[in-house]
Amino acid sequence: MKSALKTIALAAAIGLAAVSGAAAQQVRVGFAAEPYPPFTSPDASGNWQGWEVDFMKAICAEAKLDCVITPVAWDGIIPALTTNKIDMIIGSMSVTAERQQTIDFSDKYYNSLPGVIGPKDVKFEPTPEGLNGKTLGVQVATIHQVYANKYFAPAGVTVKEYQTQDEANNDLAAGRIDAVQADSVAMLEFLKSEQGAACCDMKGMVKDDPEVLGLGVGVGLRKGETELKDKINAAIKAIRANGTYDTFSKKYFDFDIYGG
Amino acid sequence: MADAGSLINWSLLAFDPPGWGGVMLAGLWQSLQIAVGGYTLGLILGTGGAMGKLYGGPVTKDLLEIYTTLVRAVPELVLILILYYAGTDVLNQFSALVGFGPVDISGLAAGIFVIGVVQGAYSTEVLRGAIKAVPAGQIEAARAYGMAPTQIMRRITLPAMLPHAIPGLSNLWLIATKDTALLAVVGFSELTLVTRQAAGSTKAYLLFFCAAGVLYLMITLVSNVLIGLIERHYRRGMARAA
Amino acid sequence: MSDPTISALALTELPTKASMFKPHRIVLMAIAALLVFCVIWFMRWDWVPKYSDRLVHGVGVTLLMLFSTSILGFFLAVPIGLVQVTGPWPLKVAARVFCTVIRGTPLLLQLWLLYYGLGSLFPQFPGIRSSFLWPYLREAWPYGVAALTLSFAAYEGEVMRGAFAGVPPGELEAARAYGMSPFTVFRRIWLPRAVHRALPTLNGETVLQLKATPLVATITVIDLYAVISKVRQETYITYEPLLLLALIYLCLTAILVVAFRYFESRIPTRGA
Repeated sequence: MKSALKTIALAAAIGLAAVSGAAAQQVRVGFAAEPYPPFTSPDASGNWQGWEVDFMKAICAEAKLDCVITPVAWDGIIPALTTNKIDMIIGSMSVTAERQQTIDFSDKYYNSLPGVIGPKDVKFEPTPEGLNGKTLGVQVATIHQVYANKYFAPAGVTVKEYQTQDEANNDLAAGRIDAVQADSVAMLEFLKSEQGAACCDMKGMVKDDPEVLGLGVGVGLRKGETELKDKINAAIKAIRANGTYDTFSKKYFDFDIYGG
Repeated sequence: MADAGSLINWSLLAFDPPGWGGVMLAGLWQSLQIAVGGYTLGLILGTGGAMGKLYGGPVTKDLLEIYTTLVRAVPELVLILILYYAGTDVLNQFSALVGFGPVDISGLAAGIFVIGVVQGAYSTEVLRGAIKAVPAGQIEAARAYGMAPTQIMRRITLPAMLPHAIPGLSNLWLIATKDTALLAVVGFSELTLVTRQAAGSTKAYLLFFCAAGVLYLMITLVSNVLIGLIERHYRRGMARAA
Repeated sequence: MSDPTISALALTELPTKASMFKPHRIVLMAIAALLVFCVIWFMRWDWVPKYSDRLVHGVGVTLLMLFSTSILGFFLAVPIGLVQVTGPWPLKVAARVFCTVIRGTPLLLQLWLLYYGLGSLFPQFPGIRSSFLWPYLREAWPYGVAALTLSFAAYEGEVMRGAFAGVPPGELEAARAYGMSPFTVFRRIWLPRAVHRALPTLNGETVLQLKATPLVATITVIDLYAVISKVRQETYITYEPLLLLALIYLCLTAILVVAFRYFESRIPTRGA
């Protein structure tokens, strides 16, 4: 009986492996499976688009990689990388010292400051004093969550954590929270949308803290994969130099997204 | 605020872009594939498990008991997370050990595996109960006729237990279809997640969630009709339940 | 759902104490002890003390969710079961549709429909936004409680329907022959007998409800599951928090089963 069970288990395991073993030599690129305009968002035909998708295509073409888009849950994106479900993260992930203990990063490919938005009819500053007594929404596992818990939570701000940025925005528009801290580029895009334009405006940028906020956004890689990392770094340099980066960036932004 | 009229903007459900109907049907197809695959894997594991629990040695019995106890006591969502991350990781290390090198596990295979393992424990219990409901005299009679154990299984136990197993197994099928929604939490593009993406992109939350609800309900209702037919077929000659 | 199916989905009984001391079990337990030792020794658990307060709080929220929604759901299940047996046909149809819809769609979807769907609808009506209810409607937990309650009511409603229908008609006739008014018959005979008949399913249904509670974490309720998710995100440890989470749920289930067994032993079941 036991051997029969083992056989079944083995057959199932091999069957599963066979189902999926066909694809090889591909690089699976992970990002959050949620609308995060203007960087990555799904369209009605089931494809992903946005600035970061264009960036990914440019990088992969430059480095001659066969990239496959593999959206995963944001709160599990680092485990997905370390357990081999994806091979790269191109998902607006900031390079921080804390993340670098677990994964590797390429050079930065864009940089923007965290901003705070809130309802139009309420005026406040994006400071611990200005947010005192308010509820601030942030996305989990982001630099904004770490920042808000470090600076705002001790100052009497209720920090509410959301699985996706989209949900935080939606709850702000629904009046369930008083403010949202997130990447300013993504926030400006939200404020351009029908929902965002109707409810909210930008309250300003938070005070910088490079230790928490990092030094820009990089491609996340498994530790030890230096060959892939070198390829990516070379590709980022190349598309910056040959103008490809500026060409697709102009479609989305009227400022320099690469940052200082 | 967005005008209330946008809540019933039916064109959002059109099958061709800019409608999201096509994407949702693709999600439904993914959900169905996982449900069918997971349910089948669950049945295979469950048959083995039920046999092991009834006829296996003491160690097999205890190990299976631990398996079914864990799955019945821990929330599916937690099991799915553990299996989704650990299951494929272990498989990878195992295949590296054997010398295959890392295997690429597609999301679909991982989803089927996860749902299958959970379903396996449930079907173990359902099938065990059904086999136990077969009167011992029938099996003894078969043995007296000199049938081999496998023959008894094939010709007596399995056919005789099916009417007892079908209600439980059909419930498990309905649970499998609904459990696929939990894979949304690990970012698998099945119906519930694509619905959320569509709702988030268009802000028509009510419309899309209701539409997905209708799709799930259709699966359940169609399944119920089929289950009714199957049940009628296998309950031939049995006394009506009081 | 029939009784055996529930016990196939939810743990409803524990092994006896005496059965633990068979020779092969002692060997198995030794192996298990070794495994546990390895898990404790080789995996990372240094985060536990730092999060222990939040974990306890999370367990509290989970249990609060479980008991409030089970009790509310049971009270809702009684009329749902009753109208399906005796109600006028519009109520009968409404109750059937309710049960079919709730049982035919995933709880996760219902939860998101309530929280994101209704939640984004409410603020469009200034009346709701300025009403006394708004401070509650702003929060996430009312939606979690609502979804879990409705779900429990739909599943237990089916059980109650069977329980009401299964009370022997002779008992009701006898009550009527004593001159009891219809309401008195219901209050003193029919309802207690039906509840009594439904009690054995409560164990399984409650364990199933416990297994459903972590879903509320997806709508920002900070229950046990959400605390563990936070640990995973802050420490970048994948497996250890999940193992602890599974262990805590296992213990909670075991406590529930023991508690139910205790209560069942105190309720006389003769003639049920």
